[in-house]
Amino acid sequence: MIAIIDYKAGNLTSVKRALDHLGYESVITSDPQEVLGADRVIFPGVGAAASAMADLKNTGMAEVLKEVYKRNIPLLGICLGTQIIFERSEEGDTECLGILPGTVKAFPRPLIDPQTQDTLKVPHMGWNRVKLIKKHPVFSDIDPQAEFYFVHSYHPVPEYTELIYGITEYGIKFVSVVAHRGVVATQFHPEKSGRPGLKILENFCQWRPYNVK
Amino acid sequence: MLSKRIVVCLDVKNGRTTKGIKFKNNVDVGDPVEMAKVYYEEGADEIVFYDITASAEYRNIMIDVVERVAQQIFIPFSVGGGIRTLDDMRQVLLAGAEKVSVNTAAVLNPKIIEEGAKAFGSQCVVLGMDVKRVEVSDKIPSGYEIVIHGGRTYTGIDALWWAKEAENLGAGEICLNSIDADGTREGYELSLTKMISENVSIPVIASGGAGVPEHLYDVLTKAKADAALIASMVHYGTYSIGEIKRYLHDKGVKVRMVW
Repeated sequence: MIAIIDYKAGNLTSVKRALDHLGYESVITSDPQEVLGADRVIFPGVGAAASAMADLKNTGMAEVLKEVYKRNIPLLGICLGTQIIFERSEEGDTECLGILPGTVKAFPRPLIDPQTQDTLKVPHMGWNRVKLIKKHPVFSDIDPQAEFYFVHSYHPVPEYTELIYGITEYGIKFVSVVAHRGVVATQFHPEKSGRPGLKILENFCQWRPYNVK
Repeated sequence: MLSKRIVVCLDVKNGRTTKGIKFKNNVDVGDPVEMAKVYYEEGADEIVFYDITASAEYRNIMIDVVERVAQQIFIPFSVGGGIRTLDDMRQVLLAGAEKVSVNTAAVLNPKIIEEGAKAFGSQCVVLGMDVKRVEVSDKIPSGYEIVIHGGRTYTGIDALWWAKEAENLGAGEICLNSIDADGTREGYELSLTKMISENVSIPVIASGGAGVPEHLYDVLTKAKADAALIASMVHYGTYSIGEIKRYLHDKGVKVRMVW
């Protein structure tokens, strides 16, 4: 069973629909027992960091997610879920979960395309590539030309380069995939990224992280 | 860098698509769910459903369509037409749409943009604008006027002013439809698209007038649109999405080529 973390951040059902389509059983839940008893956990989200963190603290989910990490239950972060895994976000100056070391920063404004000198629109919304700089089982069999669907104004800045697996260019180069132990997290939405996105979800559903303590 | 998006529009009436469609595959050509799936598989970057159902009793049919689409396509899609209240928005989003588009309702009650953005996030709220070219006047300094009720009613609202106002109210995107160009297949309204796109900082989807792939090239480069909406070009089987994307790609426009 896959637990999809329920918090007031929307976009939970689209992750569930994608898993249904792939044939993996999942449940949208904020029940600590159910989350800690799951084979794997997905932490999705669209919305604002501050209200999401407030909700996670209120429901006790914040502590549960830290426990998921400690127990090495495979955890997939998506978009806001990915950002909240870090220590702090510039969005509403919010203290986050601190599962991974690093912060979340806003795109610089104005954001200038270095090639055309055009001012780029923020949020970064639409299809963009991810340059994978290290191999990861969750990204196996992904065409390097594949593109993924992004909607965000903030991006993670991990403290250590060891955490960085994927980079995306939009005016600046920003980190779009991070991973460490049982955690893999994407700034884009695999559930809205067509076939390559579904492949990532499927890889995650079959991933067995080991050799970790 | 972001790819330019190719957005396919399906008009839906009483749960069925309205345009005559030629498909080579074994597809129920009247079923919006089947058609959306075909376009998804052919590489559409986004799909727009425009509900032109006249009577309210068919609203539930549209929600059912949205639910079934959401189970089968895994790219963003939006729903427009007949969205009047926050509750209409909520229903469509809960059924699985990524975005909702408001047009006439937003002109009559601009607060719906603000309330929608607050409740669901700006990225969910698309402002649909139907625009007609008019004489430049004190009231319409841009020379483009907003029309509503499917193009029948002139509003006296300047299109450029309205685009900026909608952005301030919290719209996350603009779908800009030129009534003059719509259905002509002679190309998008480039000057209108360029004017709006250069004056707002939210993405602009150009709509109306696409007939050949070159029209998409023009609107995505010269007129700086972020996305191009197409309908009859692909509905009548004249072009496939793959062909259009290949043409744009070969001319140096960044489009999503792997799907």
